[in-house]
Amino acid sequence: MAFFMEVLISGLLAGVMYSLVALGFVMIYKASGVFNFAQGAMVLFAALTCVCLSERFMPFWAACLVTLAAMVLVATGIEGIVLRPLVARPPIILFMATIGLAFFLEGLGQAIWGTEVHGINIGIPDNPLPWLIQRGLMVSQFDLVAALIAGVLVAVLVFFFQKTRTGRALRAVSDDHEAALSVGIPLRWIWGVTWGIAGLIALVAGIMWGTRLGVQYSLSLIVLKALPVLILGGLDSITGAIIGGLIIGASEKLAEVYLGSLVGGGIENFFPYLLGVLFLWFRPYGLFGREIIERV
Amino acid sequence: MAEQETGRRSDGPPLLEAHNVHMMFGGLMALHGVSLHINKGEILAIIGPNGAGKTTLINIFSGVYHPNPGRILFEGVDRTTMPPHHVAALGIARTFQNVALFKGMSVLDNIMVGRHLHMKSGFFSQGLYWGLGQKEEIKHREYVEWIIDWLEIEHIRKTPAGMLPYGLQKRVELGRALAAEPKLLLLDEPMAGMNLEEKEDIARFVLDANEELGTTICLVEHDMGVVMDISDRVVVLDYGQKIGDGTPEEIRNDDRVIKAYLGSVGR
Repeated sequence: MAFFMEVLISGLLAGVMYSLVALGFVMIYKASGVFNFAQGAMVLFAALTCVCLSERFMPFWAACLVTLAAMVLVATGIEGIVLRPLVARPPIILFMATIGLAFFLEGLGQAIWGTEVHGINIGIPDNPLPWLIQRGLMVSQFDLVAALIAGVLVAVLVFFFQKTRTGRALRAVSDDHEAALSVGIPLRWIWGVTWGIAGLIALVAGIMWGTRLGVQYSLSLIVLKALPVLILGGLDSITGAIIGGLIIGASEKLAEVYLGSLVGGGIENFFPYLLGVLFLWFRPYGLFGREIIERV
Repeated sequence: MAEQETGRRSDGPPLLEAHNVHMMFGGLMALHGVSLHINKGEILAIIGPNGAGKTTLINIFSGVYHPNPGRILFEGVDRTTMPPHHVAALGIARTFQNVALFKGMSVLDNIMVGRHLHMKSGFFSQGLYWGLGQKEEIKHREYVEWIIDWLEIEHIRKTPAGMLPYGLQKRVELGRALAAEPKLLLLDEPMAGMNLEEKEDIARFVLDANEELGTTICLVEHDMGVVMDISDRVVVLDYGQKIGDGTPEEIRNDDRVIKAYLGSVGR
């Protein structure tokens, strides 16, 4: 049983990391209906900028702040320069634009900072806490801290969405652009704020994933891990991103341990997608997504 | 129901003036040189057959479209090319023909959003300095609760707007528009698709808003029924042109209007 718990907990904690990436997608999709394929590139760009700044110029905390400013600038720049002229075009065009952006950002990041692999050390060891070991649970400290940070981030976002004037305006915009304009909400400002927040989420995800995997090109591929999370949770739900991430994380670890042995292992990498396909069959809008019913 | 006092109209300049408004969609001339004004404090109805350009006119008043050529003046100031959210800030609120509520949000939140323009404390003061934001929130909440009481929708305050029946959605939308305390309220077919009882409810709220809150109202309607009873003045559009402008009594007896509505009468 202790072993099962250990697998489950480490799975859930890994899931939190997926949720972090998925959150960035949800933010932008909610506010502007764009599936931002460049979110992964933003994560890479943020991590790369942060780690290189801290290696070359300044202490880590300062690098984080500077990167945050840079990410807000990059994100609002993307919104203003690339996507705004495409407003009201079909979603596929916006999606293609973000694919282009993904390649551009990956290239830009590596052009500025080089292509070698960097390590981030945020000073939290990736090994189990002694008092947990005594209780028979091998759970990494780093995973716990990552979960804590993700939790705080989510709490702040939920508070922002539910309780503040700007948050309410954001929800209004995501529901109905025209009506939002008619009550005096400026769309551009709201879109700017949304992309700024997506930049912040990318930075947090970049630092956490960078610590885990090293900061390198493949970091931008974690978007692919976010896809099943989004399919499970629903593209437009913050709760969905969290729960979806947890389910994906837990189920892939459990599947690897308990089913993998039957087929020779290695199912961890594709199991989430299998789950995603199942969901697409039976519940295509996800667990928490908005159900769209078109009457014919 | 017809309780208009003719003395209610003020003698000052009109609240909104439209001069020689043209609107073209591709090759279609939706509005062809329409001029009209809305007096402060009145209820003006714009009526006309399908495709007459009524909704286009509302969209021009609320800044969704910009006339070309043509001019729109609000309180004597030219605002022809203003975007919708600036128009809203001038004190013009509206409802939509096909109800545009924030469907995922509660009725209360929908109406709160209507007060967006009145809320001063922004992003950071609300996030960081909790006290000020909270005080403001409570103040606005009181006004919103008052509107909810007034519209008799207390029982659905917490219900997501998208789950309400159509008639109630229309009412919530009216509440959201009124929450902005607008000087001019534009209603695009507020009674469309309603039964008689619901129509009379809306008519009552429109009259009350006009009399109790002093809101100037411009409403667009397809059929003449209830509208004739509650309006001070009626403008008739047909094929993008104004063919009538006067009191309901005058409009009822206008030959051109009768012809537009009933086709070839007397031929």
